[in-house]
Amino acid sequence: MELTETHRDYWRKNLRLTAILLAIWFVVTFVIGYYARDLNFTFFGWPFSFWVGAQGALVIYCLIIWYYARAMNKLDEEHGVAEGD
Amino acid sequence: MAGMFEASAGGGKISAAEKGAFQKQLNKVYGWYTGGFLAFIIVLAILEQFGLPRNYIGFIFLIATVLLYAGIGIMSRTSDATEYYVAGRRVPAVYNGMATGADWMSAASVIGMAGTLYLTGYGGLAFIMGWTGGYCLVALFLAPYLRKFGAFTIPDFLGARYEGHIPRFIGILAAILCSFTYVVAQIYGVGIITARLSGLAFEIGIFVGLGGILVCSFLGGMRAVTWTQVAQYIILIIAYLVPVVWLSVKQTSVPVPQVIYGFQLQKVTEREKQLLADPKEKEVIAAFKARADAADARLKALPADAPAAERAKLTAERNADNARARPLAGMPPHAQIFAGDPNGDAAAQKTFNESRRNFLALIFCLMVGTAALPHILTRYYTVPSVKDARRSVAWSLFFIFLLYFTAPALAVLVKFEMFNLVVGTPFDRLPEWMAAWAAVDPSLLSVTDINKDGILQLGEIKIGGDIIVLATPAIGGLPFVISGMVAAGGLAAALSTADGLLLTIANALSHDLYYKMIDPNAPTARRVMISKILLLVVAMAAAYVASQKPADILFLVSAAFSFAAAAFFPALVLGIFWKRANRWGATLGMIAGLGITFYYMATTQAWLRGIFGVTSPVADNIWWGIQPISAGLFGVPLGFAVIIIVSLLTPAPRKETQELVEHVRYPELKLAPAR
Repeated sequence: MELTETHRDYWRKNLRLTAILLAIWFVVTFVIGYYARDLNFTFFGWPFSFWVGAQGALVIYCLIIWYYARAMNKLDEEHGVAEGD
Repeated sequence: MAGMFEASAGGGKISAAEKGAFQKQLNKVYGWYTGGFLAFIIVLAILEQFGLPRNYIGFIFLIATVLLYAGIGIMSRTSDATEYYVAGRRVPAVYNGMATGADWMSAASVIGMAGTLYLTGYGGLAFIMGWTGGYCLVALFLAPYLRKFGAFTIPDFLGARYEGHIPRFIGILAAILCSFTYVVAQIYGVGIITARLSGLAFEIGIFVGLGGILVCSFLGGMRAVTWTQVAQYIILIIAYLVPVVWLSVKQTSVPVPQVIYGFQLQKVTEREKQLLADPKEKEVIAAFKARADAADARLKALPADAPAAERAKLTAERNADNARARPLAGMPPHAQIFAGDPNGDAAAQKTFNESRRNFLALIFCLMVGTAALPHILTRYYTVPSVKDARRSVAWSLFFIFLLYFTAPALAVLVKFEMFNLVVGTPFDRLPEWMAAWAAVDPSLLSVTDINKDGILQLGEIKIGGDIIVLATPAIGGLPFVISGMVAAGGLAAALSTADGLLLTIANALSHDLYYKMIDPNAPTARRVMISKILLLVVAMAAAYVASQKPADILFLVSAAFSFAAAAFFPALVLGIFWKRANRWGATLGMIAGLGITFYYMATTQAWLRGIFGVTSPVADNIWWGIQPISAGLFGVPLGFAVIIIVSLLTPAPRKETQELVEHVRYPELKLAPAR
């Protein structure tokens, strides 16, 4: 049994998407967290980094997961690896 | 309604049409259910106006909700293995999301978290980010692949991927270690809430709650637990949102607290500055300082042969008074980001750096731990397909998000209320809820007029984080029925998490230990029976431990995250993403990760140091100032490193195992024959 080129392509694209989304996750959580004291400007009433911790990061996490599900379900179809009903 | 959970029974692949019909039916049932719950609240509210006594309301809430959960359990009873272990693998993504939400949000999230935020301000946001961001890791690295693998438990995956019983066995041990401490905390929470709701004794409360948990998981396993958890999610989210929205309308006349509380936070910050400068507050601080100094003087004056108990009592007294002799009752200014000052002297710089480092380390451990707790990961075995698993993580986080982005708002609104309306009240006109809670347990709330001016200062209030959420309806001036509803929401959270955890432990023992390792020929009926018996035994053991009221229960729960992170995360992720990872790498990696996490905690955490008789100074054992709660920070990287190094030094896994990895990577793999 051997993987075809389209299979390898599917996995490479999956890895790339995973890496990009993970990088966004990392920046939102740890980079903003590290510089939180300096990012203290007022943002609709909140100090910006407080708002990120309480809401902004959470919204981004939701978007990351939603986008991943959408993109991967589409990628499955394109590469013929989607489950049949 | 009994028929609805039966749709397309049999466990085989289900068609899209069946899927749609099943989901429609669920929408209808849970729609009616939500309406029924709201009607129930309204009827009780009307009865309250007609003079129904409060403890009756508490009792009705307790009995009605526990009977409801038990009823769902009885309707979903089963002894089929696929139904019992993974709910027949046909839970729609949305409903699995809700069930995961309830499974995930424990008593700590619903009852305790807003209180932590109230007490610690920005520092508490580590829990908000950690307990939501972890789902990114679940979605990107685990859920779809584990669903494709399609087993019953997490040790199942380890056993198959890492070729043998040793990795499976370590998985079983780690799963039990994380889940048992966690379930003890839930049952403890159940006991406390039941006692508050109904006035029953704590121990009786535990057993009433336990009855509710057991009827459900005992009869129907994962199937019953899933449908109950959906019902529990609906109750807990309504219970959480109603009082916050009310408080928001009361303070700002905007019914969306999440959008508006930034401005309340500004007002709180202004008020903090006033309170810091207030001479009356300074008087209170000086009075506590004087008391602490007096205790210290008596401590120093003790003769060398004084009894140790006397010494301990005075030390505790001195420390307690010292803790209260601080500005803002010891709370940091709510919007202050990290302690210390990066531009200050050396000590202030050190405080700042360690505060920031610990904040980030805690987020890391909570996130990776979230992505490795077995009772959460097994939930993704219950959806029909890989596609649904991906969608289901999105729904899970959405349902969790609803509560988590409300909690910081709740903390700020309650703080605003306390600072502006409660502080400064004359002692003879304190709000009625303060006396009521002080009567329940003085460690949760106590007020003393220490500077004898007859006016309540902030420094004179000692408040425990656990009552913030429970007291919010009373603080906002809502009728008692809402307080009852909030307590029922807390109960739902504790029961749903306990259900999931008990099932995880019982299944690790019956499915992985008994069926896979001891008797692979056991018939299905016997496996399910053994699982049910073990469930009873584990539940009883957990209830027994909880009734002993173990001291460091909160620490144990947070420690579970570090343990799960160090034990499971590296082995699971490398198992999927790196074909070369082999049995010895995984085995040693899991042991090393768990081992170093445990070692760090045992040498730095006060209670564990006592148990293991560690006497060397804590400062010698602390690495880079990291708190013991974040010990997983060392365990996770070490786990990865050991798996990689040992795997490279030992032979690659068998060909079939490598094909298994290919198999989990593609939702459907139609391979071309080898050339």
